[in-house]
Amino acid sequence: MNDMTLMEKTVDTQKIKIAAKDVNVYYGDSHAIKDVNVEIEDKTVTAFIGPSGCGKSTFLRCLNRMNDTIDICKVKGDILLDGEDIYDKRVDPVQLRAKVGMVFQKPNPFPKSIYDNVAYGPRIHGLAKNKAELDEIVEKSLRRGAIWDEVKDRLDAPGTGLSGGQQQRLCIARAVATEPEVLLMDEPCSALDPIATAQVEELIDELRSRYSVVIVTHSMQQAARVSQKTAFFHLGNLVEFGLTGQIFTNPEDPRTESYITGRIG
Amino acid sequence: MPTIWLVALLLALAAAGFYWGRARALRTAGGDAKDLHSLPSYYGYHVALTSFVPAIAVLAIWLLAQPLFIENRVSGMIPAAAVPENSTLGLVMSDVRRVAEGLDLAVEQGLLTRAEARDLSSGSQDVRALLGEVGVALGNDVRPEVLTAAQAFRNLSNTGKTAMSVVVALLAFGGFAWAYSKTHKDFRARNVVERGVLALLILAASLAILTTVGIVLSMLFETKNFFGLHSWTDFFFGSTWAPNFRGDSELSILPLLWGTLYISFIALLVAVPVGLFAAIYLSEYASNAVRSFAKPLLEILAGIPTIVYGLFALLTVGPALAGLFAKGGLLGVEWMAGATSVLTAGLVMGIMLIPFVSSLSDDIINAVPQAMRDGSLGLGATKSETVRQVVMPAALPGIVGAVLLAASRAIGETMIVVMGAGAIAKFSGNPLESMTTITTRIVSQLTGDTDFASPETLVAFALGLTLFVLTLGLNVLALYIVRKYREQYE
Ligand SMILES: Nc1ncnc2c1ncn2[C@@H]1O[C@H](COP(=O)(O)OP(=O)(O)O)[C@@H](O)[C@H]1O
Ligand SMILES: [Mg+2]
Repeated sequence: MNDMTLMEKTVDTQKIKIAAKDVNVYYGDSHAIKDVNVEIEDKTVTAFIGPSGCGKSTFLRCLNRMNDTIDICKVKGDILLDGEDIYDKRVDPVQLRAKVGMVFQKPNPFPKSIYDNVAYGPRIHGLAKNKAELDEIVEKSLRRGAIWDEVKDRLDAPGTGLSGGQQQRLCIARAVATEPEVLLMDEPCSALDPIATAQVEELIDELRSRYSVVIVTHSMQQAARVSQKTAFFHLGNLVEFGLTGQIFTNPEDPRTESYITGRIG
Repeated sequence: MPTIWLVALLLALAAAGFYWGRARALRTAGGDAKDLHSLPSYYGYHVALTSFVPAIAVLAIWLLAQPLFIENRVSGMIPAAAVPENSTLGLVMSDVRRVAEGLDLAVEQGLLTRAEARDLSSGSQDVRALLGEVGVALGNDVRPEVLTAAQAFRNLSNTGKTAMSVVVALLAFGGFAWAYSKTHKDFRARNVVERGVLALLILAASLAILTTVGIVLSMLFETKNFFGLHSWTDFFFGSTWAPNFRGDSELSILPLLWGTLYISFIALLVAVPVGLFAAIYLSEYASNAVRSFAKPLLEILAGIPTIVYGLFALLTVGPALAGLFAKGGLLGVEWMAGATSVLTAGLVMGIMLIPFVSSLSDDIINAVPQAMRDGSLGLGATKSETVRQVVMPAALPGIVGAVLLAASRAIGETMIVVMGAGAIAKFSGNPLESMTTITTRIVSQLTGDTDFASPETLVAFALGLTLFVLTLGLNVLALYIVRKYREQYE
């Protein structure tokens, strides 16, 4: 890894999109996230790194209340999206998830056509008044997913028939179609080969111009390549959070240093 | 020697073989089990199996084949003239068997010596009275041909039995000696036993398949007899089911098929929505506590014998429907004549099928990957939108398969329709009328006291075979669909 480029990475400070305050998460009796405070900026890629089982996915799923779907999961603390508490009673988690989109570890296109996959969210939320508008949304989303050119001639083909990398970009296009403000990605490249990974990483960098992106990754090279801010989790604690360049070249906490140099993992 | 002793001898030999085989293997290794190719007990199993399995197999085959062989030989001895006018060779042969059986008993009870039984002739003694004394009652006097045939029958049986004992014992001891002599520390007993286990498993599997083939063949045979006596066009394309004893019965399957399909249709109308919704609730909405309590409960429902559902139809649902629709009922209409009707049977059969549909659908819905649901929920869909637009379409082929399996059970169901549907074969669209089904007619045609060789009885086999083909077709289709769907996610 080239330290010089990391240090030179341009970072303009953006407004805070998501602020988490004293967040604790419990699965039944087990305490999965301990007093996490973090501020995620708009139009920035934030990477969550850390050894597996340290709670990266759990914390990510708090940000769009996907943890609500797990019976035993309890979330304490405040998470503010644009200053509003998303765990407030008045917030409808279903609406929230349209605003905070999610891309999963394994590409999970629905067993429907490519078109219907992308149109799924807009249809549910009534984003298009007519077919022409829907067509437009689908095309725009597929372009943002950097997959339009590959599928424009076969929008009726099943989404499950695409290659792994194409499927994942389709899933990103699907998430983008509901006009989210934040995109959460949980190890989006771990099921992909290196070429597909490179394509998705490039896409993530483009997405930064519109969205706030949070990406969980177990690959430190990937975190270094795509992110501006990095958070290091260990055993449910947020150990260190800062500029990516800073974390990778000059970590403050000895645990971060050990992880980055490969001594804990 | 009675067969049971022979089996006991084989078992004893096998047990001895196990210990001696094991001991010999250990001895060849100088008492050190580590020098053996296989664990010591494998040598034991090898000797035990080699002495037991071939012998018991020959014993079983012999026991099955001997009666057939003797029957053949003895019936060949009876001249055509000895068969009375209004009788058949089969009836004479059953006399022969009874006389032979009687003679055996007489010898056993000491009324006759072996030699006397062999030389007995109908001229010198009243055989009928003699056999009556040992409890074998005969319809008429024993004719000389029958007595001779019976004596030949006994003779062949005894010879056969002796031969069997000798052959089986020889085989067992031979196997024992051969396996024992092979036992040596380098002998690969473990591999041989492995092959033996494989053979055993194959045998079990082929037995199940062969039985099915046997059942189908026997049905085919009787069906062929039926079509020899009755025209197949009437059976398949006629419009009336009216068996009688005058010999001009109309035996068409169509009215019965109509009743069967109508009742099954109503049953599915009840079972599919309720079962499916129950499955969706259990797999998508219910908390673990509810699920762990409700699922076994539903499965218990599936274990209730259908005769109990039949009683429910007869005693509860039928009268309740009659209380609504029959003369003097709550609705003041007179649409129903009695308690039995298509609706009665259909409703109860539907209830019976609910757990069947729900447990199959539950499995299928659970097989839809969680990632699908997460994807949909993550896009801001509600639970029911997710179920409707993602889970159900993904599970649909499997659910169609489950419905087809349920349909095939409904078509083959007997007890509920016997007790709830009535016995009148007709084409009618009114669900409050009595109708009858293929299965009920099979029961009533076979349990009547008509001659077995008449078309009125044999039609049961044609009906059964049609039913078999129908349900087999449905099952094959259902399994094909379900399997195709499973592949999608593997
Ligand atoms: N659905 C769940 N039920 C119970 N415990 C869970 C569940 N999901 C995660 N956990 C536990 O929470 C901890 C954090 O898991 P996770 O967030 O998946 O870690 P990571 O994504 O960093 O590998 C682990 O100890 C894990 O066992
Ligand atoms: Mg994870």
